[in-house]
Amino acid sequence: MSKLLEVKNLSVGIADGQILKDVNLTINAGEIHVLMGPNGAGKSTFGNALMGSPVYNVLSGKILFDGEDITEFTPDKRAKAGMFMSFQNPLEVPGVSLESFIRNSIRQKTGKPIKIFSFKKEMEETMELLNMDSSYAERDLNVGFSGGEKKKAEILQMLMLSPKFAILDETDSGLDVDAVRTVSKGIREYQKRTDGALLIITHNAAILEALDVDHAHVIVKGRLVTSGGPELIETINKNGFEEFIREAETDHE
Amino acid sequence: MNNMETEGAIHYDPAIDNSVDDINAYLEGTDRSLYNFRDESTDYYKVDSGLTRDIVDKISEEKHDPEWMHEFRLKCLDIYNNLNVPQWGPPIDGLNMDNIVTYVRPNTDMKASWDQVPEEIKSAFDKLGIPQAEHEFLAGVGAQYDSELVYHNLQESVAKMGVVYSDMESALNGPYKDMVKEYFMHLVPPTDHKFAALHGAVWSGGSFVYIPKGVKVEVPLQSYFRLNAKGAGQFEHTLIIVDEGADLHFIEGCSAPKWNVANLHAGCVELYVKKNARLRYSTIENWAKNMYNLNTKRAIVEEGGRMEWVSGSFGSHVSYLYPTTILKGDKSSCEYTGITFSGKGQDLDTGCRMVHMGKRSSSLITAKSLAKDGGINTFRSEIKVLPEAEASKSSVDCQSLMLDDISRSDTIPEIDVRVDNCDIGHEAKIGRISDEAVFYLMSRGIPENEAKAMIVSGFANPISKELPLEYAAEMNNLIKLEMEGSMI
Repeated sequence: MSKLLEVKNLSVGIADGQILKDVNLTINAGEIHVLMGPNGAGKSTFGNALMGSPVYNVLSGKILFDGEDITEFTPDKRAKAGMFMSFQNPLEVPGVSLESFIRNSIRQKTGKPIKIFSFKKEMEETMELLNMDSSYAERDLNVGFSGGEKKKAEILQMLMLSPKFAILDETDSGLDVDAVRTVSKGIREYQKRTDGALLIITHNAAILEALDVDHAHVIVKGRLVTSGGPELIETINKNGFEEFIREAETDHE
Repeated sequence: MNNMETEGAIHYDPAIDNSVDDINAYLEGTDRSLYNFRDESTDYYKVDSGLTRDIVDKISEEKHDPEWMHEFRLKCLDIYNNLNVPQWGPPIDGLNMDNIVTYVRPNTDMKASWDQVPEEIKSAFDKLGIPQAEHEFLAGVGAQYDSELVYHNLQESVAKMGVVYSDMESALNGPYKDMVKEYFMHLVPPTDHKFAALHGAVWSGGSFVYIPKGVKVEVPLQSYFRLNAKGAGQFEHTLIIVDEGADLHFIEGCSAPKWNVANLHAGCVELYVKKNARLRYSTIENWAKNMYNLNTKRAIVEEGGRMEWVSGSFGSHVSYLYPTTILKGDKSSCEYTGITFSGKGQDLDTGCRMVHMGKRSSSLITAKSLAKDGGINTFRSEIKVLPEAEASKSSVDCQSLMLDDISRSDTIPEIDVRVDNCDIGHEAKIGRISDEAVFYLMSRGIPENEAKAMIVSGFANPISKELPLEYAAEMNNLIKLEMEGSMI
């Protein structure tokens, strides 16, 4: 399988100090990776740093995407290269409708004009798949959306933009059982449509139940402490992160 | 703080409608009986500003003023010479009052050549898609623009409904000359402030509209003042009277930057909304960025009448602009929706005023402002509820968005309530454009500039959607150009 994302010795910080230390990770096309870890371990930092958030500084290391070094790319260029992130807290943008936002994004990403009719049709079908009321298309982006609708809107954007690689940053957090199922359905649809790769950042195994996870990783205190197959998820479900936290502490004493 | 008025400490007593006179006394917050300007003035033609009686006489003559207007201009000149420049707002030192004559002298010094028009103005015309033929006219160098036909056709189509629509000069001598005399500068008396007096002395161009009782004009009436009267767009006067039960939407201005050799704009807008009538007045002002825009707009609303302002302020170096609505009649209402965008080198002082006199009168103010590249925005609102205005309601919502660290936004609300049972609300929000939101949009492939423009357009959207489609498109276009920083 071809390497899609290669993270090499990545260290990331904010103004106050370092968060990620020397992270290495490779994701091949079409694979599902899961990133787990206790609160404050650096999971979201990793996702945001991959997407190019200006909040985080890359201190050392490299991010390669499709063989290209994108470490210095602005977020829009990363998106154009084929990356996507479903935000943990999607932002509200008053005055910009969900539909026009998606249309604009596609136009920016492809650099081509949109065929309105087929766009509308695809949008409607995708919203239906995600059990989203079609009225949301006309509503201001995320403004007054419930937590669940915000997350569905993120998955809708993922499906409409069809990236090669999507980061789902705690997309399942705060969702009820039905909404988690819907999101999970959206993820399967994404894989079916584009054979896209995923990095799923989560606390919760429920979202993973219906997915074929290829690899799982555990991050503790900014370090990737262990990687393995889907069985790792079960271990964590049973025993929690304690073992990894202890190991991380002894390793660095 | 009652500093929205200039120090109008001079009484000028034209034979005007008492109620309006009373209202203006309220507005000025001065005891008018203390002053009697005529007695104080020993030298009627005293000139300390370069603006002479000769010049005013000449303007009057060229315009074929009726005698009363000629006299009125001279009175205004007198008031002008005895009033001080306002001290409470953004500095207007750059306006050389000693040279005021060069701003108003008809024909002679006003002519410019196309070569003098700054390059950025020319390119802005192109970017806004203004037809080539209009370029020279808008730049103030075209002598005559061949759109008189358009204007004429518009007049004809509404004339069938009994609507009177003409330029101010024609109205002065036309069939409605008595009406003009009755209303002209009664709502905005020349004593209001120095620039109102200046306007009264040298006004030129503008529109006169009269909508007869019960006539509802279905399509918006658009002012073609950018296309008609000579020297228009600098001291133009707009007088609109919507008679009982009538309905009108009037649109003034366009998004093209108006450029003039002289950099002072002191227009005046007077709107009379009669019983159960409705007037919507939409305007986008976009002056060249050397312009001092000292404009005065005022409306008076009778019983059950409704006034709606939609106002976009772009351009200019300094603006003083506070559309005022006097809710005179019971159950009269007013809605003000406005946006101000100030960029580099701009100090825009805008807002609005509501004076509640009628019982159960109501006003709703929604104001937005944007500041970038060191631009300064000040939003002033003044809500006055007089003792007789029982059970009135007023709500002010003001939002400011700053696009960087060097720009500034201030909100100066003033609420003066003289009655117990009324409902007054004020809400102001000032914020910075969120980096997180920009990152969110960028993560979808939208470049930084466009992401910011998108957030800004979205912020302005509640205002633009109040405008007719083509104007909303123009405004969005303008915001985009402002965001690119490529605009004058």
